[in-house]
Amino acid sequence: MRFGFVFSEIAQGLRRNVSMVISVVLVTFVSLTFVGTASLLQLQIGQMKTYWYDKAQVAVYLCSSVSPPAICPQGEAGDEVKARVAERLSSTTLKPYVATFYFENHKQAYEKFQEQFKGNSVAKFVTAEQLNETYWIKLNNPQDSTIITESFSGLSGVEEVRDQRSYLDQIFAILNAASLAAIGIAILMLISAALLISTTIRLSAFSRRRELAIMRLVGASNFYIQLPFILEGVVAATIGSVLAGATVLLIVQFFVQGYLTTALPFTSFVGISDGLLVVPILIVAGIVLASTASGLAIRRYLKI
Amino acid sequence: MISIASVTKKYKGTANPALDNVSLEIEKGEFVFLVGTSGSGKSSLMRLMLREDVPTSGSVHVLGENLVSISSRRVPYFRRKLGVVFQDFRLLPNKTAFENVAFSLEVIGKSQGFIESAVPDVLRLVGLAEKMDRLPTQLSGGEQQRVALARAIVNKPAVLLADEPTGNLDEATSDGIMALIERINLAGTTVVMATHDRKIVDRLQKRVVEIRDGRIVRDQVGGSYQQVASEQNSAAGDSK
Repeated sequence: MRFGFVFSEIAQGLRRNVSMVISVVLVTFVSLTFVGTASLLQLQIGQMKTYWYDKAQVAVYLCSSVSPPAICPQGEAGDEVKARVAERLSSTTLKPYVATFYFENHKQAYEKFQEQFKGNSVAKFVTAEQLNETYWIKLNNPQDSTIITESFSGLSGVEEVRDQRSYLDQIFAILNAASLAAIGIAILMLISAALLISTTIRLSAFSRRRELAIMRLVGASNFYIQLPFILEGVVAATIGSVLAGATVLLIVQFFVQGYLTTALPFTSFVGISDGLLVVPILIVAGIVLASTASGLAIRRYLKI
Repeated sequence: MISIASVTKKYKGTANPALDNVSLEIEKGEFVFLVGTSGSGKSSLMRLMLREDVPTSGSVHVLGENLVSISSRRVPYFRRKLGVVFQDFRLLPNKTAFENVAFSLEVIGKSQGFIESAVPDVLRLVGLAEKMDRLPTQLSGGEQQRVALARAIVNKPAVLLADEPTGNLDEATSDGIMALIERINLAGTTVVMATHDRKIVDRLQKRVVEIRDGRIVRDQVGGSYQQVASEQNSAAGDSK
């Protein structure tokens, strides 16, 4: 194996169709940036799920003086309702699922409301009596919320049972759809990248057809003939994937860590370490894509 | 050395086979002319010996390799034992005479040291010691064919296949090339040369295999390009 010879062949090939090589670099760059962003978004969703699901609780809202009469015919829930709910939560049937629970009365609910809606005009008009008294239940396993919902819905004096996860699930569904869309675009672009690489390699082979004919004639091995072409595709795609990796890291550093963490301080975001996890995947994907595409292209071209 | 037995080669979309039940034995060190008009099947036969093609039926053995069953991975190694020259020289226009010969060694992985000693030697042998650094465009047709011959023999092949090597050259230049090919043959290399060139065949008086319409119609040692009328009867007995 003469490496000097192989390298000079690669350099020659890259120089001979610069414009195609640049387009391969750009297409792999853009497509792998999409792949990288989509996988970071997936990591982000996973991270937010564990963070928020862990905090999510099930609320059993008791009837208040302003609850709709259809649901709460007897009006404000009395002490016997509160006692019944507390008793049922401590019963042997529900105990295994419940980690902790606490009662929030009108006053506490009012304070929390004032805190949450500080500066909002609605805070001025709400009175403590309008806000439901609530049992907040933290479950051992957040998945088991239906058990609570089923055992308290329809109980007289209970207005509504609400799993906070149902709010979160909507947000996650949107984020998930966005990352799936990014992956879909990435797949389309990866297909075009593969086709572009194989076209480039075929063009390169065509411009060197005399050399190829002579190489075959004098008995150069197939591996030796193909290697410069495969490496040519790999070099172009590697440049593209390194650029994509750098872009992903820049996005994490400046957009996520620099902007999002200050804009949304109560959420945990993906960090540089997650970005560094994604970068090698991108580079390997780029190399595998390029070597397969150019290998197949040159094999078909060289078929004896 | 070369053994072709009952070979038929049909190409798709043609009614008549390019080669029709051809058998041919060539021994080590022989010099064989393949003669016949264009389209007679000479080139098809050469392609089979080079394993650029496989026969539709029959067997081809060259240098101990069964070229019908050889794996495509072994084909390059088989070709390293052959030298080939063509009518159109097939030199790389952007490489000098030296680089053209060196290229054929580089791509089969020979060391730089070997290349630096073998290439000047072989170029001296073909009479181009002074013109090693010239590009093909700066060489005459005959000189270009000498470069091609140098490339064909630099790896010391056991067989030299020459497909109309003098087809593009004038008579005086052709004689020079033929003298060189004879020298290569005398050094022990088996030579199979397809040609139209009547004068060369007549002058050298080597073994002549004549192909017409895909069949061998004459196989004569010390023959001429065309059969002499008086020989026709005896020759008919030799051919199959």
